[in-house]
Amino acid sequence: MLSVWGAVLIFLIVGVIFGVGGMLAGYILAPRRKSAQKSIAYECGVDTIGPTWVQFRTSYFLYALLFVIFDVEIIYLYPWAIKFQSLGLFAFVEMIIFLAILVVGLWYAWKEGAFEWT
Amino acid sequence: MLESIFIEIADIIRYWFLDLGTPELLTEIILMLIKLSAILGFIIVNALWLVYMERKVAAYIQSRIGPIHTGPKGLLQTAADILKLMGKEIILPDGINRIIFILMPILIFVPPLMTWAVIPFGRDMTAVDIDMGVFYILAVGSLSTIIFWAAGWASNNKYSLIGGMRVVAQMVSYELPLVLGLLGVVMISGSLNLNQIVIAQDNVWFIFTQPIAFLIYLIAGISETNRAPFDLVEGESEIIAGPYTEYSGMGFALFFLAEYANMMVVSAVCTVMFLGGWLAPFGMDFIPSWVWFFLKMYFIIFLFMWIRWTYPRMRVDHLMAFGWKVLVPLSLANIFVTGACIYIFRGIGW
Repeated sequence: MLSVWGAVLIFLIVGVIFGVGGMLAGYILAPRRKSAQKSIAYECGVDTIGPTWVQFRTSYFLYALLFVIFDVEIIYLYPWAIKFQSLGLFAFVEMIIFLAILVVGLWYAWKEGAFEWT
Repeated sequence: MLESIFIEIADIIRYWFLDLGTPELLTEIILMLIKLSAILGFIIVNALWLVYMERKVAAYIQSRIGPIHTGPKGLLQTAADILKLMGKEIILPDGINRIIFILMPILIFVPPLMTWAVIPFGRDMTAVDIDMGVFYILAVGSLSTIIFWAAGWASNNKYSLIGGMRVVAQMVSYELPLVLGLLGVVMISGSLNLNQIVIAQDNVWFIFTQPIAFLIYLIAGISETNRAPFDLVEGESEIIAGPYTEYSGMGFALFFLAEYANMMVVSAVCTVMFLGGWLAPFGMDFIPSWVWFFLKMYFIIFLFMWIRWTYPRMRVDHLMAFGWKVLVPLSLANIFVTGACIYIFRGIGW
């Protein structure tokens, strides 16, 4: 029998093949003529000034950091949510404590100005 | 009869192969490939149709007519566009990171295709019936963030880089309310299997028991697919086309196709989680279940298009503030209220 993850692997492989096929079709069908003008980065239509890969603003990094913290915690909520109905009052109180910790974390990040776009 | 037509076709093919003496594992793989081709065809045909539909809906909302010249009523417009893009050169600009630049359009189609594997199209019509379907969808769905970002970074283009950074910030911020919103549904249904979730909605659809979660999912879903009013990632008037700016020919076509495939995935998951999936409303069982799934999915898609052509684009700081200061607390509150309600209703013996 084909296991479900084997089937998912087939989807993964065919997805990649589809992409490769698409790009290959473009590569074969389309003309290829190099020219100095054509290979300049398009950007906004005007000649590029300065390097692109420079240091970037940290707000984006802060959001990513917060996301990692919250997402990891949310993963733990899923097993709990499935079994919630059969666990009774204990699970409910546990959830309130867990959510309270999450809310305190959110409140702290909010207070420290992590959500301000300055 | 019409209800189980696809299952019967699959059975006929399976027994045909088994009669030929094909080993069971090989038969399963062949059958899976056939299902996969059907899903791939479904995605591509629908994506082509959706681009046309999007242009028509936009046109009628703005009192225009939209495409009319290519084919009957302009129906072949998108097919013609794709053919044109196939014939366009794939330009590799100077200074790009070649490997990543070429790899990203190849990989962009993988997450939506893998997500479609677990979605129940109708009664017993799931290609791969995974027990942790919701978890799988969330895990695979978030992969496209990296692909968009890498495409933007590899392009050696300042607007693409800004677009890529915005993709990460936006998709990451709206993933939290999305995940938390779906948690309420999981709590009620007590399963991560998409088929079980659909069956759990036999009495009442989750849109009625989880209206807040539905709204949160809808907003976050629009944001995850980078559509207006949250299309800062590719805001044409600000950063050209964001991560896709330097892509031409098939590279661009694949990104374009994946965008519509993603929109279909979000609508399909919304249908399954909140609108009862393939269940027929009001006992209208004479219409096959897969038709119902399709109709509900298209209703959500139309809603997305309607919203896109109604609201103006948000500002980036407003977008982030809305995600973190409104949607995340709201979805946390939703979980708490859901838990309390389940406990109270069980206490009074529902």
